[in-house]
Amino acid sequence: MQLRLTDTSLRDGSHHKRHQFTADDVRSIVAALDGAGVPVIEVTHGDGLGGSSFNYGFSLTPEQELIKVAVETAQQAKIAVLMLPGVGVKDDILVSQDNGASIVRIATHCTEADVSVQHFALARERGLETVGFLMMAHSQPPESLAKQARIMADAGCQCVYVVDSAGALVLEQVAERVEALVAELGDDAQVGFHGHENLGLSVANSVAAARAGAAQIDGSVRGFGAGAGNTPLEAFVGVCDKLGFETGVDFFKIVDAAEDVVRPVMPDECLLDRMALMMGYAGVYSSFLKHAYTQAQRYGVSGAQILVRAGERKLVGGQEDQLIDIALELSRERVR
Amino acid sequence: MKAAIVGSGNIGTDLLYKLLRSPALEPRWMVGIDPASEGLERAASAGLEVSVDGAEWLLRQDELPDIVFEATSAAVHRANAPRYAEAGIRAIDLTPAAVGPYVVPPVNLGEHRDGPNINLITCGGQATIPMVHAVSRVVPVSYAEIVASVASVSAGPGTRANIDEFTRTTSRGIEAIGGAGRGKAIIVLNPADPPMIMRDTIFCAIPEDADPDLITDSIARMETDIRSYVPGFRLLREPQFDAGRVAIFVEVAGAGDFLPEYAGNLDIMTAAATKVGEEIARAATTHRHVTA
Repeated sequence: MQLRLTDTSLRDGSHHKRHQFTADDVRSIVAALDGAGVPVIEVTHGDGLGGSSFNYGFSLTPEQELIKVAVETAQQAKIAVLMLPGVGVKDDILVSQDNGASIVRIATHCTEADVSVQHFALARERGLETVGFLMMAHSQPPESLAKQARIMADAGCQCVYVVDSAGALVLEQVAERVEALVAELGDDAQVGFHGHENLGLSVANSVAAARAGAAQIDGSVRGFGAGAGNTPLEAFVGVCDKLGFETGVDFFKIVDAAEDVVRPVMPDECLLDRMALMMGYAGVYSSFLKHAYTQAQRYGVSGAQILVRAGERKLVGGQEDQLIDIALELSRERVR
Repeated sequence: MKAAIVGSGNIGTDLLYKLLRSPALEPRWMVGIDPASEGLERAASAGLEVSVDGAEWLLRQDELPDIVFEATSAAVHRANAPRYAEAGIRAIDLTPAAVGPYVVPPVNLGEHRDGPNINLITCGGQATIPMVHAVSRVVPVSYAEIVASVASVSAGPGTRANIDEFTRTTSRGIEAIGGAGRGKAIIVLNPADPPMIMRDTIFCAIPEDADPDLITDSIARMETDIRSYVPGFRLLREPQFDAGRVAIFVEVAGAGDFLPEYAGNLDIMTAAATKVGEEIARAATTHRHVTA
């Protein structure tokens, strides 16, 4: 079985880094991953093109500069960008393509696929490779996800991902969702899986996805991503070697890259700690983690409680502003 | 003033009920293109003349409206606008066509009241641009950003197919009418059930030494102005001040005319349209008295 891997440390890791990547960080990580044979490297603000904002955090370096550096550095790897309709716009896709990105990954909440139709149409018209992200995939049953995947495929998406944004899916739940998408899409589009480590299952979930028919798998070297991090790509490569899945990535080289190149760029390790576990358990968008820390500190309330309440309110990706509201609510309740 | 509604979808039908309540406006016609439209049926039973032949039919009538409310799509309004103008009919445009100038009633209605065509930007714009203006009228705002969260069920096919139009149009409105140096708009659709009431957060970049009391007071005055025509609009929290930034949290509950309470995003558009129509009617009446 062949799997195509995408490393997202320079996009999902942007959350953990609070969007403070420098051109040198990108150059060194892309060079190391490219050298290890990683076929696709995603580089964008954590919240996608145009994500630099009060709501999500301002980028230290404009993302288009980082994309340019990544494209210049990569010898064999393709550079991908992420965009969320409602945050970014079509022009952002065009600028990324001008800067050399060749894959665009368009992400929507997993019930809202129809907002991506115009973006897929544009991307295909311009000859970009397309990937679709159905985020917070734990929140919908397999058959609903499959219907949303169909909307993306009909719009021109070439691979639809089951995206476990909250790190809340458990083994069979991943397999059922991937199988439903494979059955729905047939030869029309591939299926992918993007995991988070919030319940300690990202590698196992990725194996379950591959066995259920996923052809593309995401990970981040050293787990460098939101929440407890993404699927640690070097670990997954090792597991694939053992299981006989072909990835084209050199295990020893990617292990060195994780230790010697990526770890020094990370502010600290991504941990499976109380906050991360709350997200996996309550089904909360992983990117909320750092924002919950910030608001907990600002208003003197519990970060874990902010996350639990975000789950109760059924917040979706993009509603980081509402964490401030929750923190204020918690601080009022405490005063009473 | 005699009014017509063009477009019999959710917005057009919600608007119908607001116009029926208005002392200054007399809704006489409602046209659409869908024979199965619930809106047309409701309009007919409320005593309006209705047709499924759209603006074509409306413009063929012997008696023409003074004001037309366009609740179709940007493309349709672009095509209709010159024909309304030719017939001397004032147009209030609830689509993102932006043929006429952007108007947010408590900010700049006075400037454009006498113009032939008025555009209402977007729902998110109506809910947030007044707040950007409330800040920028007391301190310089170099950058403003709004996050609109709306219930998935209240975002119709038009919004979904053209979500870029929402972000671009709202961003431009934040700059042109809100008075921010640079504007950014973000929209998030949330499918929670029961549906969430529309919420908006407005972030403004302000000078580090800006006076919070001055800003808070200006925001409170603007809340009162908006509530005069959108009763479901309210500040959720006190404005929050952090280094060089103020954050304003609002909620918009709908009046529940045709659309449920959660659809504050649609209600604020129809409420703004009604407000603009009433001001036009009032000005026309005053004008008539003066010339008589």
